[in-house]
Amino acid sequence: MTLNIGVLAIQGDVTENFLSVMASLSELGIDGTVSQVKTAEQISKLDGLIIPGGESTMIGQMSLVNGALKTIKEKIGSGMPVFGICAGMILLSKNSKDRVVGDVEQPLLDLLDVKIERNSFGRQKDSFEAEISLEPIGISSFNGVFIRAPSVSEVGKDVQILAKFEEKIVSVKQGNIIATAFHPELTRDTSLHKSFVQMVKDSKP
Amino acid sequence: MIPLSGDIPNSKGEIKEANEMTSISRGTSTLKRGFAHMLKNGVVMDVTTVEQALIAEEAGAVSVMVLDKLPSDVRKAGGVARTASIRIIQEIMDNVTIPVMAKCRIGHVYEANVLAETNVDMIDESEVLTPADEYHHIWKWDYTTPFVNGARSLGEALRRVEEGAAMIRTKGEPGTGNVAEAITHIKKVNDELRSIKSIYDSGDKQDLVKMARELKVSYSLVEETAKIGRLPVVNFAAGGIATPADAAYLMSLGCDGIFVGSGIFKAEDAKERARAVVLATTFWEEPDKVKEAQKMIDERQSILGLDVKDLELKMQERGGTV
Repeated sequence: MTLNIGVLAIQGDVTENFLSVMASLSELGIDGTVSQVKTAEQISKLDGLIIPGGESTMIGQMSLVNGALKTIKEKIGSGMPVFGICAGMILLSKNSKDRVVGDVEQPLLDLLDVKIERNSFGRQKDSFEAEISLEPIGISSFNGVFIRAPSVSEVGKDVQILAKFEEKIVSVKQGNIIATAFHPELTRDTSLHKSFVQMVKDSKP
Repeated sequence: MIPLSGDIPNSKGEIKEANEMTSISRGTSTLKRGFAHMLKNGVVMDVTTVEQALIAEEAGAVSVMVLDKLPSDVRKAGGVARTASIRIIQEIMDNVTIPVMAKCRIGHVYEANVLAETNVDMIDESEVLTPADEYHHIWKWDYTTPFVNGARSLGEALRRVEEGAAMIRTKGEPGTGNVAEAITHIKKVNDELRSIKSIYDSGDKQDLVKMARELKVSYSLVEETAKIGRLPVVNFAAGGIATPADAAYLMSLGCDGIFVGSGIFKAEDAKERARAVVLATTFWEEPDKVKEAQKMIDERQSILGLDVKDLELKMQERGGTV
């Protein structure tokens, strides 16, 4: 049984996630392939999907144009594991608001029961690296790379908090959805990607 | 993963803060180059007003670049072109959720300081403005804010990376609506990359040292670049892009994304065109989508364009030799 993992390749940090999944598969010794996906047809064949960092407004709008957004929603709804990073976390959410601009019209998948504050830590000059702990999934220390990062301001009852930084929620899990406000693909640490690959493997009968 | 060749440890732009609970770093190469990574496969649009910035955001731009005048107007106006009004930059920052960039003059340290203090997300040390220093670019390692620089060749690109640029845009000829120069320069950079890669693969260190001398950059940066066979930072195309087909063609040549200057807001169908250029950039590999994008624009409404041969001022030459 070969795992088929895709990285949504509309815009943003696609290649780095592709490489992190490749590394994870080989380190775990799991038989699988990684591909960069754009179309509804490609997405319908996946066992797991990463929605990478980038600009959430743009990724949302362009995935709407070619029908990818609808397929992603159906697939996640039917149990496919998904890993949303930064913009990906925003896209998965039910509700998003910008810290400065306020309410924004943007397409969201409306699956992850959280409220997001976009650009929560400020602008690029305030972007930072800091050590994060994701104890609930067994990762005690991880170098969190936060780039104009969002945070989670409210969580629904089925949402598990995986990590906080200075009182702000920066990683969550809800069933087959895992999300981080920071960028594991910009580090050489594959533990989060490995954790996701394992999740995809466990989801297969 | 981002290769960190040419990284200067403990540069002034890198800030470490620690309290009893946590320690954090700002302005690291990972954060600066990582910011550019988030723009990949996207379009950055030149804007001069809040209204244009909102059109750009709605069209799917990944960032806006604030100028006082669009490049074609800079060309017409003549005189000295400087950084945009801080008031307008601030107003745009308060109204869009996407990152905001602004241009400073080549070598103008204090225009850069002012932009960094204004908290723009990226500074473009740009040849579109009148250079302030003929001999030096800004030492960009001194800044927490990331920089993007233009380049016409591999040597020029690597010299800027060595000075701390977190992103490169291959130069075209700004404000002309003529994509020819942008095409020439990305092809030249690609050729030069192929050539140093083949030297690296052959294991001939002496030849690689010779290349470093020719390119006027450190050996370690040339070696790292030759090893990966591409620029060690994100590289966008810029200058003269006017239509969806222009953007898609440059993407096919291996650019990571597109800067559009006068091409959109000097056209009469700016709103539709902005959307169309984004579509063509995103789906450049799909001929039917590029055709759909091209169909959205009306060629009679494109910027008229200039033949580069007839130009008195070639902005691309600015800052190129140092």
